[in-house]
Amino acid sequence: MGEFKVHRVRFFDFMPSGIRCMAFNSKADRLALARLDGSVEIFNFSNNYFQEKVIPGNDSRSIEAICWVGCDRLFTAGLNGEVVEYDLERLCPKYTLDAFGGPIWTAACNSEETHFAFGCEDGSVKLFEILPDKIQFERNLDRQKGRILSLSWHKSGTLIAAGSLDVIRVFDVKSGHSVQRILVDRGPAGTRNKDCVVWNVAFLSDYTIVSGDSAGKVQLWDANKGTLIKTHLVSKWDVLSLSVSENEDSIVAGTSEGTVVQFQLLSPKIGDTETQWVRTRTFKHHTHDVRAVTETRTAVVSGGLDTQLVICPLMDKVEVKSSESVLRKVIFPHRSLVSCAKKPSLLLFQFPDQLELWRLGGTDTIGKPGESLPVTRKPEKLLQLKRKGDDHICCSTISECGHWIAYSTVSSIRLYQLQCDNNNISITKVSKLPKVLRSAHQLQFSADSSKLFVASEQATIHVISVSRSECKHVHTFKPKSGSSAPVHLLAASADGQWLTSANRHCEINVYNLKKLKHHCMVPVYNSLPSAMAIHPETNNLLVTHADQQMFEFGIVDKQYTDWSRKLQKEGLHRCRLKWGTPVTHITFNPQAPSQVILHDMHMFCIIDQSLPLDGLKAQFYSQLTPKDTSETDKPRKNNALKICNKYQPLLHVNLLEDDWLVVVERPLIDIHSQLPAPVRQKKFGT
Amino acid sequence: MVEQGEIRVVRCGGSTINYRKAIFTLDSKYLLCTSGDMVKVYSTATEECVHVLQGHTNLVTGIVLNPTNHLQVYSCSMDGTIKLWDFTDNILIKTFTVGYKLLALYTSKAHEGCVFVIIPKENDEALDSFQLVAVRLPKSSDQEVAATELSFVLNDVSQLPKCTSYGREGEFVASVKGLHLTVYFFRNQKTYRLSLNATTKKGANNIFTCVACHPKEDCIATGHEDGKIRLWRNFNRKKEYTHSTHHWHHSAVNDLSFTPEGTNLLSGGIESVLVQWRYGEETKKDFLPRLGAAIAHISTSPEGSLYCTSHSDNKIAIIQSNLRVSAVIQGLVKGDNIKTDLMIDPRTKALVLNGKPGHLQFYSLQHDKQLYNLDIVQQEYINQSGLHQFDVVKAAFDAQGSWLATVEERKEKLADLEIQLKIWVYKDEMQSFVLNTTITSPHEDHITALCFCNTNETTMLVTTGRDGRFKAWVLGDDSDIYRESVCWSCDFVGTYHNLLATNCCFSEDGSLLAVGFEQIITIWNPNTWDLVCTFCQPPGKIKDLCFGRLSCSKYLLGTTTNSFLCCWNLLTCTLEWSVGLNVILLQLDPLSENVAAFSCSAENSDLFVFRPSEPRPVYLQKNICQGSVQRAVFTPRDVPEENCSESSQWLNRSQLYFLTRDMDLMTFSTKTEEDRLTASSKQLLIEENVPVTPFYLLLGKHRQAKLDAENGTLAAQVQLPQGSVAIKELLQTPAHVLPSATFLCTMFVNSLLISKDGKSEVPEEAEEEMESEKEEDETSDQEMDSQHKVKPEYFVEELVPKLSKKEERDLKRVRKTDYSWLCPFYGKLP
Repeated sequence: MGEFKVHRVRFFDFMPSGIRCMAFNSKADRLALARLDGSVEIFNFSNNYFQEKVIPGNDSRSIEAICWVGCDRLFTAGLNGEVVEYDLERLCPKYTLDAFGGPIWTAACNSEETHFAFGCEDGSVKLFEILPDKIQFERNLDRQKGRILSLSWHKSGTLIAAGSLDVIRVFDVKSGHSVQRILVDRGPAGTRNKDCVVWNVAFLSDYTIVSGDSAGKVQLWDANKGTLIKTHLVSKWDVLSLSVSENEDSIVAGTSEGTVVQFQLLSPKIGDTETQWVRTRTFKHHTHDVRAVTETRTAVVSGGLDTQLVICPLMDKVEVKSSESVLRKVIFPHRSLVSCAKKPSLLLFQFPDQLELWRLGGTDTIGKPGESLPVTRKPEKLLQLKRKGDDHICCSTISECGHWIAYSTVSSIRLYQLQCDNNNISITKVSKLPKVLRSAHQLQFSADSSKLFVASEQATIHVISVSRSECKHVHTFKPKSGSSAPVHLLAASADGQWLTSANRHCEINVYNLKKLKHHCMVPVYNSLPSAMAIHPETNNLLVTHADQQMFEFGIVDKQYTDWSRKLQKEGLHRCRLKWGTPVTHITFNPQAPSQVILHDMHMFCIIDQSLPLDGLKAQFYSQLTPKDTSETDKPRKNNALKICNKYQPLLHVNLLEDDWLVVVERPLIDIHSQLPAPVRQKKFGT
Repeated sequence: MVEQGEIRVVRCGGSTINYRKAIFTLDSKYLLCTSGDMVKVYSTATEECVHVLQGHTNLVTGIVLNPTNHLQVYSCSMDGTIKLWDFTDNILIKTFTVGYKLLALYTSKAHEGCVFVIIPKENDEALDSFQLVAVRLPKSSDQEVAATELSFVLNDVSQLPKCTSYGREGEFVASVKGLHLTVYFFRNQKTYRLSLNATTKKGANNIFTCVACHPKEDCIATGHEDGKIRLWRNFNRKKEYTHSTHHWHHSAVNDLSFTPEGTNLLSGGIESVLVQWRYGEETKKDFLPRLGAAIAHISTSPEGSLYCTSHSDNKIAIIQSNLRVSAVIQGLVKGDNIKTDLMIDPRTKALVLNGKPGHLQFYSLQHDKQLYNLDIVQQEYINQSGLHQFDVVKAAFDAQGSWLATVEERKEKLADLEIQLKIWVYKDEMQSFVLNTTITSPHEDHITALCFCNTNETTMLVTTGRDGRFKAWVLGDDSDIYRESVCWSCDFVGTYHNLLATNCCFSEDGSLLAVGFEQIITIWNPNTWDLVCTFCQPPGKIKDLCFGRLSCSKYLLGTTTNSFLCCWNLLTCTLEWSVGLNVILLQLDPLSENVAAFSCSAENSDLFVFRPSEPRPVYLQKNICQGSVQRAVFTPRDVPEENCSESSQWLNRSQLYFLTRDMDLMTFSTKTEEDRLTASSKQLLIEENVPVTPFYLLLGKHRQAKLDAENGTLAAQVQLPQGSVAIKELLQTPAHVLPSATFLCTMFVNSLLISKDGKSEVPEEAEEEMESEKEEDETSDQEMDSQHKVKPEYFVEELVPKLSKKEERDLKRVRKTDYSWLCPFYGKLP
């Protein structure tokens, strides 16, 4: 392992947004998740819970409900009173529609997926018909007093349960009349004058209504008679979310205390057919409100104000010990938010609403291995670039020389030129961009900073030549397969000859920039690429996938390299697989060309391609501190994989010149300190 | 128990009642609990011990009501037998000999004629592997039956009874050990093993401590080391079992119990709080806090109206289902070690020793009952590990029992030791000890001994400390203009060559004080505080020191660490005699010259009783118990015994109690004493069926007086049943069918009168017989013959003038009787 001087960067104040609602599509095995800032993320559960798509947010959008229709239609509704359908290829809203009922609090789709019901602030439940390319208003159900906060269809599609303030109503869909009015008990004495908000209802197929309310109760009602069956007091605070499993034998409820409580339908006597709902497990993985919870076949998925998505496996449903049986917490996006200009030591941080450019600090002392050096030149924030418009930034990049910055939102691309003479920094926007550039999914400068590659929303890649005088559109690459899937990764070779792009259909295309034509396509592997890079000397393409596999593809030879084949045969050490977050960045060591540096959230590792692989089960030697590696046993420890998990959680690792390694950390405690205070809970012993 | 000759070592009172779960009888009137090798039957209403079921020869380890007859109880013991008792009448019905050490007993409704026991594998406890087996109880009319038909149920179970529980209708049995819960279904003979992982993350400790099965549903509740309670359901699946976790206890859950309807779950632990969880709504729970000591067992009565908790301080609390304590049965509180000596309160003759933390307990040995607790420390006891609190370490009474001195200590670290000497005075008007003087840090180090001067007017107390000083405290006047009072203050501080003062002792008349300084004994005159003389003859530190009594008051006895018992003559100031004997305890009989010395050799303790005047034991008994004797005390008898034999004469005026290594309280009993006891208990047995009411006592007195007066004449004997018949009628008839009080009054008063002759008696009896006769339809004519032969003339002569109703009835009967057989006689007569 090489020895590096490390820049430990902790000034990237990235703050993920809280999770507001979730919808799980069991047919597609995908989870759609809406955050408080209006962004929508889609996680692919069959592909190692990879964050497949991100639809950037918008300041004017706030999402209260999210709903799948079929496998590939996604709708959201929010407090701006609008219903949005998204284009999941172009990752932007397809159309918006005003429901004309004031803020929408909830949405529900019936089991046949023919109609939507929206619950509005004005107390109306609006039915919309789902047409193949749009949705259309059909009619209102009887308007009631008080906002509708939760809705649930009965499986038959004839009844809708609607939770409001202090009351649950059951509507007959055909007539539109309320057939049942269930009064919900307010909280304990002292809170009697406060409305009991029914945050959630769920209509089971046996005509039982499950409700979760602000008094901390999960209640079961008989929808036919309107009577209470059972009350479970779950929390001192609100029950904010509720979800019923697909075969209706389990209910999960998320509370303000950060707990998720599971109820299961069990028979009190073994072998008996009579069943009842029994409170069973309690999960506590959150510190704040659990605003969204859902149950998949094997796991309970919950998310809340503490911004993390927790996938907690149900051990009784998991057949084999695999990646499914591990508790996962998704905190950071599965893509890189940091770009690095190596020569001038600049870091560009991408926030949803701004970009920050920092110059790294420095030191003039030389220390021993393991020592921390005093900072003599402080890191400097050179630039804070606010975005224009309501749309959030979806991608950004900085050129290798540090003179160019580009970013894109769903509506526009902006390119800036940066002049940096000693302490004077001037930035000029490149005003005349070629017409073809409207929006980008990924941006990348070539190694000599002369070209900008733009992965457009039409799944094409535009090559723009950038110079001080003008920006010119050079060429547009189209994928040979004609696929319309958006490109999410771009990599250019150091010699400026090759460009590779990976799209969300797992296709990796290689283009020859000299000849401006498609060179070849890497064999399709069934997992999404999470990071890729082209080796500066050998021009081999290194790709890591969401399922932790790694391939090396010789671009010139158009085939996998021997090392890649060997790697597939023998495998890397299992420590590499332990954490299960995808690799988000790959870089190479210019001093030692055989070394590859890649990182995920929990560690970065260096793979030396010249050393033998050690297989899955070999004894693993910690290489953390180089000083304890005595000369005598060095050969024994010379295995290909070296892991460092000293820095956590990692957002970026890159190699600068002169053996400087920059690691960007974002300590979880800093995120927690920025969250609002959680609800007060009595802790034993305090 | 060791039997030898006339004097036996017997276990006497103060035995543990919290060893196993106590059980309620079906009507909740009685509570049965194990107590050493006996089973005690307590009344739940009065807390009195009603019966003691004796018969086992080793520790009783389990009791269960007979599921087929609720008036019977099974008990199992380490002696390898299961006994069936009738607990209402204290009768041993049957003994089943199993031949294994039995550690726990269960019954199940689904398995009639079968009980389940836990036995050590290969009958060897050292293997630490135990099995649950079913024992078929043979149906035989014999008193002693061998039950050899064992069938194996579960292997590798915990030896504790609370770790195994039978489920609904006895369909399955659940047992926990370590990190595993094992469920065995009897119907399909399948075993399911559910495990938890051993993680200690976030302070979790998943080791199971106890298990309880829901009586109506298939739900198992388990308690864990970290205080969690888990409710398991669906446990007949390999994977899809579910459990919900509830956490209130901060340390291990000691016991769990469902109420019989299954509506509530009770749990308890070291917090000494009984927690009642609502089944199905576990977030709602009720608490009964401040129960005094850690809860060891919980049980519920069969109809669910009463709960009972056994506590670590040898106490059983009976709790109503509305969580109110209704009765407390308190045994002798025995901690891990008794810091104070065993003492006898001169007033109540009660045994006094450490009780609850910071308290002294007064325990009546005669009644085997705790009299009261005296709060010495007067600070709230906080149950927290690692927290050092004040505890009573020494106590002493003066001879009259009007002063009590206590020493309490608290040691946080090595450096700071807090000591308080408190002196208490007995106040007649309060019938209790009241604090008189508190002296903070009387010595700079631990107090090693304290004693009062035994003169008629107690005015002096001496304490010795490890700081090398002994201090004399005298009673002085502390009156001011507001009140008259007395208090204790330091009068003299003595040292001797800076040696540690270890013992002190006053002579009987209070004229001499002996203080031991490591190897040297110093004799002081307490009036002038002159050092009279010193003894230091045998090398070795002084362990015990005491003056002789009565005729032997000129002797001073001492024991040393290097196994010498020495006796000095105070008149000649020379060593009178010394014996090489490893005496661990020297105890003086306050009523005689006798001194008891316990010695420990190897594993057993020996007793020597001797007079200081001669180095020859009066009495000697070897092997009185295993291990060394901890404490001992002589208690004066109320009535002196009259033992003639020489060896037991020393027990005539006092009784010697001692505490063994295992904290069992033992005593020596003589043959005559035992005879007397058995005689009295037999007498008790006969009259037991009459409930003890104030009226009964009145009646009893009345009867007793009659007995004495008439001295067992025939008339009196006949009269007895008559009195009780009338009263029985009066008492047993339901109130709403009773005739008016005026009518009853005469009858009642009559029954109390002492009749002069038996005349009124006879017709009464006859009447009774008549009634029975009517029922039987005059089937037994011949039996009545003799009576009738006599009675006719009798009646005619005497009762013609005034005929009572009864007599008229009798007359009618006489008329009805067929006297035709008399005719031939009449004919023959002139």
